Amino acid sequence: MTDSYVVSIDQGTTSTRCIVFDRRGNLVSVAQREHQQHFPRPGWVEHDALEIWRNVGKVVPRALAQAGIVAGQVAAIGIANQRESTVVWDRRTGVPVAPAIIWQDTRTDTLVETLARAPGAEDLRQHCGLPLATYFSGPKLRWLLDHTPGLYERAERGEVLFGTMESWLIWNLTGGPDGGLHLTDVTNASRTMLMDLRALGWHPDSLAFFGIPAAMLPEIRSSSEVYGTATAVLPGVRIAAALGDQQAALFGQTCFAPGDAKCTYGTGSFLLLNTGTEPVHSSHGLLTTVGYQIGGQPAVYALEGSIAITGSLVQWFRDRLELISSAPEIETLARTVDDNGGCYIVPAFSGLFAPHWRSEARGVIVGLTSYITKGHLARAVLEATGWQTREVVDAMNADSGLELTALRVDGGMTANNLLMQFVADVVAVPVVRPMVAETVSLGAAYAAGLAVGYWPDLEGLRSNWHLAARWVPKMDNAVRAEERENWQRAVERTFGWIKPEARAANE
Amino acid sequence: MPGQVQSIARAAAILRLLASSSGRLGIGEIARSLDLAKGTAHGIVRTLQDVGFVEQDKTSGKYQLGAALLHLGTSYLDVNELRSRSINWADPLAARSGEAVRIGTLLDGKVLVVHHVFRPDDTLQTLDVGSLLPPHATALGKVLLAYDVGAANAVMQGEPEPYTRRTLVTARTLSRALTAIRDNGWAAEIEEMTLGEAGIAAPIRGYGGLVVGAIGLSGPVDRVCDAQRHPRPTLVAYVRDAARAVSRDLGAARW
Repeated sequence: MTDSYVVSIDQGTTSTRCIVFDRRGNLVSVAQREHQQHFPRPGWVEHDALEIWRNVGKVVPRALAQAGIVAGQVAAIGIANQRESTVVWDRRTGVPVAPAIIWQDTRTDTLVETLARAPGAEDLRQHCGLPLATYFSGPKLRWLLDHTPGLYERAERGEVLFGTMESWLIWNLTGGPDGGLHLTDVTNASRTMLMDLRALGWHPDSLAFFGIPAAMLPEIRSSSEVYGTATAVLPGVRIAAALGDQQAALFGQTCFAPGDAKCTYGTGSFLLLNTGTEPVHSSHGLLTTVGYQIGGQPAVYALEGSIAITGSLVQWFRDRLELISSAPEIETLARTVDDNGGCYIVPAFSGLFAPHWRSEARGVIVGLTSYITKGHLARAVLEATGWQTREVVDAMNADSGLELTALRVDGGMTANNLLMQFVADVVAVPVVRPMVAETVSLGAAYAAGLAVGYWPDLEGLRSNWHLAARWVPKMDNAVRAEERENWQRAVERTFGWIKPEARAANE
Repeated sequence: MPGQVQSIARAAAILRLLASSSGRLGIGEIARSLDLAKGTAHGIVRTLQDVGFVEQDKTSGKYQLGAALLHLGTSYLDVNELRSRSINWADPLAARSGEAVRIGTLLDGKVLVVHHVFRPDDTLQTLDVGSLLPPHATALGKVLLAYDVGAANAVMQGEPEPYTRRTLVTARTLSRALTAIRDNGWAAEIEEMTLGEAGIAAPIRGYGGLVVGAIGLSGPVDRVCDAQRHPRPTLVAYVRDAARAVSRDLGAARW
């Protein structure tokens, strides 16, 4: 018997990658392609969904070729995706009706304010576990319906389809206009504000509240089951998992027990805590979301602390300020100085997410003096990620009543040693990285492999988890307290920056 | 005397042209100035761009000298970038071999540990990124010395410290070992630094084959070596595969 493998497609915010995993959960090959970020106006972030689909067609064959395997050796495909980003496309032609509105996009801020005053707004959070914010798909979809002539009527007639990225990819992988399957999974659906968290179906009241025709919505399925067979890219291979990227990372970190938590450092950073089969509602600015659902088993829920801007602050530093030529160089630059020199950067580029949820906040750099060099700025960039982590850990501890004893981390920024040490220093618990840093992809692969029997059970997956690195807190308590206060004062300076009338003019 | 390599002479001319020009130049301008076919000029400029000697302006599409030229004398690959690009291959090496993995580069005559993956047995281990190792007594260091004549001479002219009685401390034994490493493409260390410990390492190559670092595993002698005290061939193969995978990534288009 020739060896078989599981392929995962991670459709992320900045790139699409394909990773081939073997039976021990080891990475065999990886291929990646970045796509264009479009910023047509301040606060707007768009992707071309067709470009993303083309990239899938490029990276998957490349990863297979690199691994030296053929489609016949692929046991299943799993998909992990950037969440909330909203695509609406024509069912007949497969062409998107508008650029995809990305999760960081804040164009819906006035819409969200109007909706917040509408009847039914208070009940919304009970159904869907989320605060009304620009972040989620529901408002973005409503915006598209409002601003694309004739779209609402076409949606009612079922001529156009809505989906987040996994829906878009699965539809295209299974034939597109020619019989493509239109479905989503519980984790992605739990980010729309349209799903009933307990019943795991579209909630009629939420659909009515946002004014969204049911005919355009995908069918909600579990995160780990055989949805269908691919006819494009990897013809004949079963598509057996879909999860939002953060939930995929929770799965890849084998956080299968209530109380298990992980933080993934990517474009943004996301701390998720497994709360078992009951949704827990937060009183400290965290989200209630579906962690995963395996086939017909009960769904597992999670509390989530979402931070919008972490890795993308480094990208901004690289691409917009051009102070470094590659992302890892931020560490080199930051090490040219011993501390932040009194400078703090609060990257409220899309407002602030957890635990503040301030759409009107915008970024600040404070504490500037003639003393500050680009090295201090680089430090401040990395420290922003550390302090934002601390804020969501505090909220998580308060909501769950548990004290986090170690923080499991993953994602590209875990390669940054200075940052990981700083996170350990400010969160004041050890930070641990597992052997596979690519846990988003690994989680999608695990869920797909589980669905087709490639891996037998969760216990088997858990035995694949090994510690690869551990950073222990070294910061002096007094320094930590002082720096924390400075950070909090810097955060307060971001509040209320966007005036209501400016938002109205932008509309 | 061997003949002149035409494309290198032309590449040098293009660099001179860009250096003396007051602004950026387009492919057409470069081709006309040097009386080259546009396709020929484009091929050379693209290669120079790949190695970082030439940069293209995003908006105008015109070319200028690249930042890498200014840093020719210093290390051309940032160590944090090396870690970032090798992390995906160091993890599977540790998982497959069952041993701790380190990546090192030379810094002022010592081996700087730029990346460290724990032995995958979930025991308590300490991250030693940033620590310095003696180059003559470690597999990582010997690999780096084998491909850096200057550093090797400096070590041999000094007085290499004997950590154990197996440490190579004479110029003759060290020089012979480095030749063997170049022939084999990998290095081993067997109780040369610490009694009971062994290691295997191989070179990580960047553009044009330049060695930019070394990746290796280390562990107890009885696990790393067979009964004859030779490094186990499967482990050597894992190390070399990982080194090749990182090298391939570094040689590919810039991230």
